[in-house]
Amino acid sequence: MLDSSMNVWMVILLSLLLLSAVFAVMIRDLLKAAIALAAVSVVLTVIMFLLGSPLAAVFELSVCAGLITAIFISAISLTKPGTQEELAAKRRLRLKRFIYLPILLVLIGVGLWLAWPSLKLDIAAVGTGAGLSVQQVLWDARSLDILGQIIIILAGVFGVVVLFRGRKAR
Amino acid sequence: MPALFLLIPLLGVIIINLPGRKIGNRMAVWAALAVAIIQIGMAVTSGSMVWQGLAQVVSLPFGASLQIDLFTAVVLATTGLIAAMSLILDKNAENPRSLYFGSLVLVTMMGMNGVVMVRDIFSLYVFLEITAVASFVLISINKERDPLEGAFKYFVMSAVATVLILAAIAILLLTVGSVGFKAVADNLSAGGVSPQVIVALILFIAGLSIKAGLIPFHAWLPDAYSSAPPAVSMLLAGIITKVTGVYTIMRLITDVFSISSIMKTAFMVLGAVSIVIGALAAMRQDDFKRMLAYSSISQVGYIILSAGLGTPLGFAAALLHFFNHATFKSLLFVNAAAVESRSGTRQMSRLGGLASKMPITGGTSVVGFLSTAGVPPLSGFWSKLLIVIALWQAGAYFYAVVAVLASILTLAYFLIMQRRVFFGKLREGLESIREAGAAAVVPSLILAGITVLVGLLFPLVLLLMQSQGLI
Repeated sequence: MLDSSMNVWMVILLSLLLLSAVFAVMIRDLLKAAIALAAVSVVLTVIMFLLGSPLAAVFELSVCAGLITAIFISAISLTKPGTQEELAAKRRLRLKRFIYLPILLVLIGVGLWLAWPSLKLDIAAVGTGAGLSVQQVLWDARSLDILGQIIIILAGVFGVVVLFRGRKAR
Repeated sequence: MPALFLLIPLLGVIIINLPGRKIGNRMAVWAALAVAIIQIGMAVTSGSMVWQGLAQVVSLPFGASLQIDLFTAVVLATTGLIAAMSLILDKNAENPRSLYFGSLVLVTMMGMNGVVMVRDIFSLYVFLEITAVASFVLISINKERDPLEGAFKYFVMSAVATVLILAAIAILLLTVGSVGFKAVADNLSAGGVSPQVIVALILFIAGLSIKAGLIPFHAWLPDAYSSAPPAVSMLLAGIITKVTGVYTIMRLITDVFSISSIMKTAFMVLGAVSIVIGALAAMRQDDFKRMLAYSSISQVGYIILSAGLGTPLGFAAALLHFFNHATFKSLLFVNAAAVESRSGTRQMSRLGGLASKMPITGGTSVVGFLSTAGVPPLSGFWSKLLIVIALWQAGAYFYAVVAVLASILTLAYFLIMQRRVFFGKLREGLESIREAGAAAVVPSLILAGITVLVGLLFPLVLLLMQSQGLI
């Protein structure tokens, strides 16, 4: 079980996580949204590290915060910014569309808070894979998933080829 | 042997992509077709001694994590069949992207084969994702506006489903400490159902219901089905949503979560609501494929209603309807493609009297819709009859009545469709229309043949089901 000072840290970090996630969804500027998303990953990295899984933390940091943010930013740099009127119209639409989001979040939060004692969700992780090295987990225990991963990458490659190659071929 | 269902398509993808685009475009579809036919053969013979003998001589990887039982074998054979028909249908129109189409069909086959063979909820998730990613690309393969929009909707809804499923897996892993079907089931039966498990279950079922397109999780389905290229919408409606949504729900409620009375009610309500609302929505459609999409929602409702009953007969009836619906709905999608390619429109208000010009398409579509509506002696009649009997036996009289009455709705909207598209006076401007090409006629004849044969030879099917201990 986590001790109390750790708990305080967790609450702070989780609030930060939520805050940057909401920021990433609500912000108007795509670039800032991408950076907010990277912030989500960074906070998540810290949480994972504190919870004792440094490997997952490293993956999260390098892939989600590093690689994906780089891809997002390079894609955004290829777009051109909208005019003032377009932006104003978008803003009105966004307010209309997302006004319920904070309300929903608060409701879910309150609901979870009330239901917490009966849910007993503070589960002490049943040590899966504890004691196994990463190689053993990946190549022995979950080798089928590695094959699956390869096939997903294959599908992704076809996706990129089909959707982004030969623009004139409409 | 199970690993072959993944490795052969993988080999197929590699082979058709090796020789370069020109040759690849010409041979891709045929090579993929060969893989699909091999799959049908392997699935049908999967219970035979030959494979068991071979397994003792050669040991393939992943033997422990992949398994085939009767349910799996039926779904594998259906997957091969529908994929083969879809590949033939692709030849109906000149497709400059055949190479990609063939490759992606093989990738979706790998995904679906994995989904039906794994016995582990995390691997299940991995293969669900493979199928989903390949489907997004397949829908938008021609880079046109509407399909891109349909694919995007599917993408977003699928992402929501993924989050729900992944959260459910995480909760189960934390509470149970394992992700294997058997380990989870053992733990659940030993430890009782805790609140966490109920939360996980609800999340899992909600995620899979999105994939199956059950009402109220169906928002993406009509757009994706109707906007996709013909061969793709047939693949989606015929098998992809069925494997990713319906099969997984059926598998999980039989193997992992032993069905409780609350779950039973939940599934039966989901199924019944989908049946009725899908049928009512189908009546109001003018777009041929959109109508078929709503009809699919309604028919999938039957499968879920019957499977949710939790009795052996209910499960057998659901399995039979799974196969039947895959064949006759694919048949109707082939015919929709044939009509669209010849007349250039899917709007039923602009069609009419095509039966005289397209006799095969018109005739097979009568077979398809009568079977969907459950008219004897076609295959759909028998599976619906079994569903109603199963409901009645279990004392679910209300649902039995709903199932029967909804058949009348089904008959109604298909009669409207048939009258507006095929019967009546030939519309002006359609005089020069001809029967569709072999690429559309051949699959529709094969599928109509299966629908009729399963119906006529049903005593044999029943004997087979009995010998396998299904009923």
